[in-house]
Amino acid sequence: MLRKKTNGVAKGSRAGSLLSSLAAKTLDRRQFLTTSGVAVGGLAALSLSSGRVEAAAPTTGGGEVVVKKSVCTHCSVGCTVEAEVQNGTWIGQEPGWDSPFNLGAHCAKGASVREHAHGERRLKSPMKMVNGQWQKISWDTAINEIGDKMLEIREQSGPDSVYWLGSAKFNNEQAYLFRKFAAYWGTNNVDHQARICHSTTVAGVANTWGYGAMTNSYNDIHNSKAIFIIGGNPAEAHPVSLLHVLKAKEENNAPLIVCDPRFTRTAAHADEFVRFRPGSDVALVWGILWHIFENGWEDKEFIRTRVWGMDEIREEVKRWNPEEVERVTGAPGAQLERVARTLVNNRPGTVIWCMGGTQHTNGNNNTRAYCILQLALGNMGVAGGGTNIFRGHDNVQGATDLGVLADTLPGYYGLSAGAWAHWSRVWEEDLDYLKGRFAVWDKNGKSKAMMNEKGIPVSRWIDGVLEAKENLEQPDNTRAMVLWGHAPNSQTRMTEMKEAMEKLDLLVVVDPFPTVSAVLHDRKEGAYLLPTTTQFETYGSVTASNRSLQWREKVVEPLFDSKVDHEIMKLFADKFGFTDRMFRNIAIDGDEPSIEDITREFNRGMWTIGYTGQSPERLKKHMKYQHHFDKTTLRAVGGPCDGDFYGLPWPSWGTPEMNHPGTANLYDMSLPVSEGGLTFRARFGVERDGESLLADGVYSKNSEIKDGYPEFTMQMLMDLGWDGDLTAEERASIEAVAGPETNWKTDLSGGIQRVAIKHECAPFGNAKARTVVWNFPDPIPLHREPLYTNRRDLVKDYPTYEDKTFWRVPTLYESIQKNDFSKEFPIILTSGRLVEYEGGGDETRSNPWLAELQQEMFIEVNPRDANNLNIRDGNDVWVSGPEGARIKVKAMVTERVGEGVAFMPFHFGGHYQGKDLRDKYPKGADPIVLGESTNTVQTYGYDSVTQMQETKATLCSIMPA
Amino acid sequence: MALEGKARAKFLVDAERCIECNACVTACKNENEVPWGINRRRVVTIGDGKPGERSISVACMHCSDAPCMAVCPVDVFYQTEDGIVLHSKDLCIGCGYCFYACPFGAPQFPQAGNFGSRGKMDKCTFCAGGPEEDNSTAEFTKYGRNRIAEGKLPICAEMCSTKALLAGDGSEVADIYRQRVVSRGFGSGAWGWGTAYGKKVP
Repeated sequence: MLRKKTNGVAKGSRAGSLLSSLAAKTLDRRQFLTTSGVAVGGLAALSLSSGRVEAAAPTTGGGEVVVKKSVCTHCSVGCTVEAEVQNGTWIGQEPGWDSPFNLGAHCAKGASVREHAHGERRLKSPMKMVNGQWQKISWDTAINEIGDKMLEIREQSGPDSVYWLGSAKFNNEQAYLFRKFAAYWGTNNVDHQARICHSTTVAGVANTWGYGAMTNSYNDIHNSKAIFIIGGNPAEAHPVSLLHVLKAKEENNAPLIVCDPRFTRTAAHADEFVRFRPGSDVALVWGILWHIFENGWEDKEFIRTRVWGMDEIREEVKRWNPEEVERVTGAPGAQLERVARTLVNNRPGTVIWCMGGTQHTNGNNNTRAYCILQLALGNMGVAGGGTNIFRGHDNVQGATDLGVLADTLPGYYGLSAGAWAHWSRVWEEDLDYLKGRFAVWDKNGKSKAMMNEKGIPVSRWIDGVLEAKENLEQPDNTRAMVLWGHAPNSQTRMTEMKEAMEKLDLLVVVDPFPTVSAVLHDRKEGAYLLPTTTQFETYGSVTASNRSLQWREKVVEPLFDSKVDHEIMKLFADKFGFTDRMFRNIAIDGDEPSIEDITREFNRGMWTIGYTGQSPERLKKHMKYQHHFDKTTLRAVGGPCDGDFYGLPWPSWGTPEMNHPGTANLYDMSLPVSEGGLTFRARFGVERDGESLLADGVYSKNSEIKDGYPEFTMQMLMDLGWDGDLTAEERASIEAVAGPETNWKTDLSGGIQRVAIKHECAPFGNAKARTVVWNFPDPIPLHREPLYTNRRDLVKDYPTYEDKTFWRVPTLYESIQKNDFSKEFPIILTSGRLVEYEGGGDETRSNPWLAELQQEMFIEVNPRDANNLNIRDGNDVWVSGPEGARIKVKAMVTERVGEGVAFMPFHFGGHYQGKDLRDKYPKGADPIVLGESTNTVQTYGYDSVTQMQETKATLCSIMPA
Repeated sequence: MALEGKARAKFLVDAERCIECNACVTACKNENEVPWGINRRRVVTIGDGKPGERSISVACMHCSDAPCMAVCPVDVFYQTEDGIVLHSKDLCIGCGYCFYACPFGAPQFPQAGNFGSRGKMDKCTFCAGGPEEDNSTAEFTKYGRNRIAEGKLPICAEMCSTKALLAGDGSEVADIYRQRVVSRGFGSGAWGWGTAYGKKVP
């Protein structure tokens, strides 16, 4: 069997000589001769100017070959996929040269997506578990049986006992429809992978300066003078982003700094690699900031005019002198001084982070610390700077924006009465009807409208099932679970998950693949698998990490007996009897709701983040004229999209008719708001402790208000005397919402936004970013030791939180941390991605082109630990976690991980505590490669704000098997 | 045409850019329907997990003076005017001499029967098919897609995530690489050129 990463090299006698020749081979600069000759051929695309000389059509077989443009369904870079389709068959995949995001490039996953149209290992028809065996059933039977059971649970326990777990694999329209569907069902128990991916980013970053998304773009990294990556391995997780990173590294001579516990494939290309102990991010960042403050290297003018609360940060940072930082993180002070100096001398620089920073019990502290670093350097709101947060899935940004979340309706409106009033206006729904769909819960004589209460997050659904009913902040336990496009093995505590799956009354999986949810449990009845399609079998918009929306075309018709997600939602709506209400303004063709109508509906409601300007027509136009957009600025030069930024990165303010170009770099005051400029958002009021929170004397270009200002309301327009700019229709619409109280978020006409921007003001105000988030558990980001820490000596100085109940479930902190597990489980366990697979891996491990490249689950162990534990490279080992589970995997002995740290990829599934579950999959739908899940041994631990799971810093023991 | 006139088809792997993402390997499998177990291209990592780790993508380099051609007892190889080294599977006897001669480990042999007997040799064709009629079904079945005849370049390089793998006319490949070297310095060099083309620098 081929086993990459362990052996690294190809099998066979040649490998030896190949390698030895490499070691000896050095090339001499003097011999660097130029060759003459006429340049011919299609290499233009290899530099960053796209375009091939000639695109000839393939000639195999008969029938016309049509090229369909779609977007890769793996990570969030948003690579264009060009599919050649002949007689309905996907016959070839060409590089999408015209895309400014990928310029034809793909990684292994992107290069393999044509396999989706083969779908050998797909789930081929609806299945029901009968006496422990999967049996084929019809769609009618499936919807009826599942629907009847759900209605029965609803009758007995209320709507909150059915959990609707959605997906970052939805397109925007499906994501929006799914959230709306949950609202009509009557529960906030709806969530998706963003919870366990970047929820701490969204919360931390939005609470710092207004919006919780990537501020600039992959392309804008071309402008960076320094690149600082912490807790991210884009070379494996977002390979095409390296196209942009390496361009800056090579052409700007930008230093690449990688901070990670693991010497990743990204670190291999770094100029500076900082190894630090998992879970000590805040200490590390404060350690860098200590040198910046100590030497007065911070951008004082930027801080004075645009940042609130930096003095309090300064106080906290003071205690993080080089000695203390080294004691906590392991990173030497001299190295961090060099890093600080590099960042200071190479401005603007960008800061990039991923799951290594977010998936911690204090993840929200980490994300805010990264933001504060950029604020101190004055790197925000400028091309080449920003916090470039790489999202994980192709549409996790979109699914987050459209509110597939337990704490908000679409557009981050939240769950307040005002939020519901807004969306019921958009839906033209009777608010009382929606109220009637939700439970009102009487607890201890107090009645609670569950409509306004955050639901259980996906990270905690198992506790919704297993926790004693009286400990839950909802009427009854979770009794039915719908996993709609979710890999359960991407979540921790899998032994308890198995128990939860078995305790449920009803388990429903809606997915193109059976997933680990089909095999983990030992249920005999009450489980269903419904085959949905991939995004290549449908069409619609998808939001890349940089907030750009791209429009996918349908490549092939749904395979086998699968149905598109939005059709399945409609079938359930039929069953529950609210189709007429839910699809009031959405046409339905057969059983399939119109995608374009759904886009237009959310365009009418998503004012908060400017998802209003991106009509289907504008998005399709952008895809058609991709080649008109500059590869660095993303701005169209001439042509029908002239002046637009590619994909209308949100906010694209106002109505589509207003033609706002989108905002490529957030908070950039060097541009007028009408051309994509912005200020920091006035989101946290106008004053705090007697100090103004508004920007001090600075404003975006051409702004008619030459100072900070609050967010716009109708009253403010009247006070400014600008209300005369409103049309009669806009005025009437505003009057109908709330008169002078109507604001830029609730005005359905877009008039307030239009008029504010006419005067070149940001609709959301002009404020300072805040470094102190007074409404969070740690207003100033603090280092806190992981629950399962190996450093007992640090627990006293940096303890975790007190136990508390939030998001409807009791959540443990100190009652875990107070136990010493470090003797029995001395090795820190962390996890991450491999380039060939994505997420739980059910899809990618079923693809032979990818599966061949990674055939076995493994654990990386440092040579010192391996020798001490008597483990040899390639041997089987048992990895045990402190909560009682153990898994059997191959040992890979490597210096990639430091001493005392072990790493496992999280994409594997289908083995459970040493047992192969292959025969439990429906026949022919088992992934090619199976393996143990790291999450079987991963432990308890949740972020103190968002309930993000802790996967990056726990403990384990390893022994030879 | 992507390759015309006096083109000399070459690959170049820029080890400063290769991130071992395996797009080239997968794209090759996808484009040519290469079966499980046969790897026309693979990515090799040197110093895995250690400072200085570098990866390179390796396949047939279509050498100027190709050792495989020199040793083949039944003369299955031929070199196109563009310098692409191709072979005839109809003539191949599966002896494996080319495999021993190749400095890049490019020739692949499917298992043909018991006792380790080899089937017809398979290797990278620079996406240029074989002796059969261009883009015929017979050519596709034996050698994969003929992109060169379609006016396109090898898919592995066209889809490379970081443009580390370059393919095309040697002088143009060299131009692109030279531009990079001018802006960033030399780095790990153009790996394999000395062996393949008898000179050390592009």
